[in-house]
Amino acid sequence: MSQTLTSSSQAVRTPAPARSPADRIAQWIPKLVLSPTLVIVVVFFYGFIFWTGLLSFTNSRMLPSYGLVGWDNYVRLFNNERWLVALGNLGIYAFLFIVICLVLGLLLAILLDQKIRAEGALRTIYLYPMALSFIVTGTVWKWMLNPQVGLEQFVQSLGWESFQFDWLVNPDFSIYTVVIAAVWQSSGFVMALFLAGLRGVDDSIIKAAQIDGASRFTIYTRIIIPSLRPVFFSAFIMLAHIAIKSFDLALALTGGGPGISSDLPAIFMYQLSFTRNQMGIGAASAMIMLLTVIAILVPYLYSELRVKKHD
Amino acid sequence: MTEHNQRRYSDISGRAILYALLGIMALYYLLPLALMIVTSFRSMDEIRMGQLIDWPTQLSLDAWRIAWDQAQIGARSEKGLRPYFINSLLMTLPAVAISTMIGAINGYVLSFWRFKGSNLFFGLLLFGCFIPFQAILLPHATVLGKMGISGSIVGLVFTHVIYGVAFTTLFFRNYYVTIPGELVKAAQLDGAGFWRIFFRIMLPLSTPILTVCVIWQFTQVWNDFLFGVTFSDPSSQPITVGLNNLVNSSTGERRYNVDMAGAIIAALPTLLVYVIAGKYFVRGLTAGSVKG
Repeated sequence: MSQTLTSSSQAVRTPAPARSPADRIAQWIPKLVLSPTLVIVVVFFYGFIFWTGLLSFTNSRMLPSYGLVGWDNYVRLFNNERWLVALGNLGIYAFLFIVICLVLGLLLAILLDQKIRAEGALRTIYLYPMALSFIVTGTVWKWMLNPQVGLEQFVQSLGWESFQFDWLVNPDFSIYTVVIAAVWQSSGFVMALFLAGLRGVDDSIIKAAQIDGASRFTIYTRIIIPSLRPVFFSAFIMLAHIAIKSFDLALALTGGGPGISSDLPAIFMYQLSFTRNQMGIGAASAMIMLLTVIAILVPYLYSELRVKKHD
Repeated sequence: MTEHNQRRYSDISGRAILYALLGIMALYYLLPLALMIVTSFRSMDEIRMGQLIDWPTQLSLDAWRIAWDQAQIGARSEKGLRPYFINSLLMTLPAVAISTMIGAINGYVLSFWRFKGSNLFFGLLLFGCFIPFQAILLPHATVLGKMGISGSIVGLVFTHVIYGVAFTTLFFRNYYVTIPGELVKAAQLDGAGFWRIFFRIMLPLSTPILTVCVIWQFTQVWNDFLFGVTFSDPSSQPITVGLNNLVNSSTGERRYNVDMAGAIIAALPTLLVYVIAGKYFVRGLTAGSVKG
């Protein structure tokens, strides 16, 4: 490495165009340094996505095989009742998770932005679940939501005998328990995003509005919250991304059950690919998940890149 | 009462409501952790006799001992979560170090040594932050097998480095673009080369982003479950898989105190990092998502 160091410094010191072999190597150093990452991007990101796409058109079962079967796997996927349940669940879960996190996060951020004395401590408390693994969160909530031993039993023992909270074992409601635990884990993160956004709002506009006699409520609904639009946008992307990938939380909390009532696409994909020997269908479900992410992401990246060009 | 006094009175009660709301929310976030800790110190006898949710009458470390090295998890001969915890350490430390190093150098190149196509490259890399890993799981399993590192800790480190590089590069690139390019130009005029500028100028300036990146990667890799459950065999499973097995597959009576002690053991390293360096943790989370 010491050799490249001296040669590269020479390359820069001489203003004349690089000619000697050492100079040419020096010019290549930045590209050479990036090349492992280039391999990662080309092979492990895009190559593997393409490969998964290919597998989704093959008759792969336990191991990859390359007999092409056209759209068969996709047809079978969308005729699979379990997949449809998983997709429906993702819809319910993602919608509630995103909306509740956004509302709760914004509310907490606004409350915390009122020159609160213990702000630092409260922020720490609201955000710590984000540092936990979804498996830990699932383990704790699985116990708290268990009707026989958790909150239901606790409230009953306090004297409210008819209290019922059996969502965890009720097929009609089990997916909502995943929402409860996921909101607990991620809403603090949204709060942090909004709080950072609130601190960035231009003070002079708010002062001007105050002088004009605008109430605090009007200032928030008319000036501050609309100016947080970019934060809403990026928080939405992050939350949608978390929701689509959700795997460990549901697995630890409900295991996708009772039955298949709280199944999600990520669990479906994993089980069909690795335990049910239906790799072709598993790959097809993975591609649908990818397409969902892309559908959400493309508008975001587009606007991001447009902003950068303006700079 | 004058108008002034009325105003102050409503201000004070407004503050009271505000603090009450914030306090209730704090309880909501703290309750699960508090229950976890309290339950882990109760003995199973106590839980059987009375309420599940209750204060311990005496501190019992049994649950911790059982979770750490006595519980039979699956069919493996070594007992408890200890071997999983060690696996997680062996996996996380190199994965964090390597992916952070690569990210720092990548960010340095993409900020100061741009070439034709380097922005496109960065854009393509950025998408890697958002790939749902299900879309690469099957080919990656095949390739790990071909490389002869499937089911090993080396394979897991490799996997976490590959799919961590997008984030680490993003962190460093976004940090370095705020450093004036004149600094590099001046160093070049003084005869410093690519590596010397990196190690002598950039790296010493990078302490904040290094911290952010290390914490982010540590949390990501330690808490990962998908790669852990897909690409490991029983001898290399990380703590998240171990905890899940402990909670979901053991037969007989549910030992909630052991489950909770196990959950705390699995959560402790990332919680510690969060408590010690929370500021940087938040910065990592919000990096790139809030503009201005």
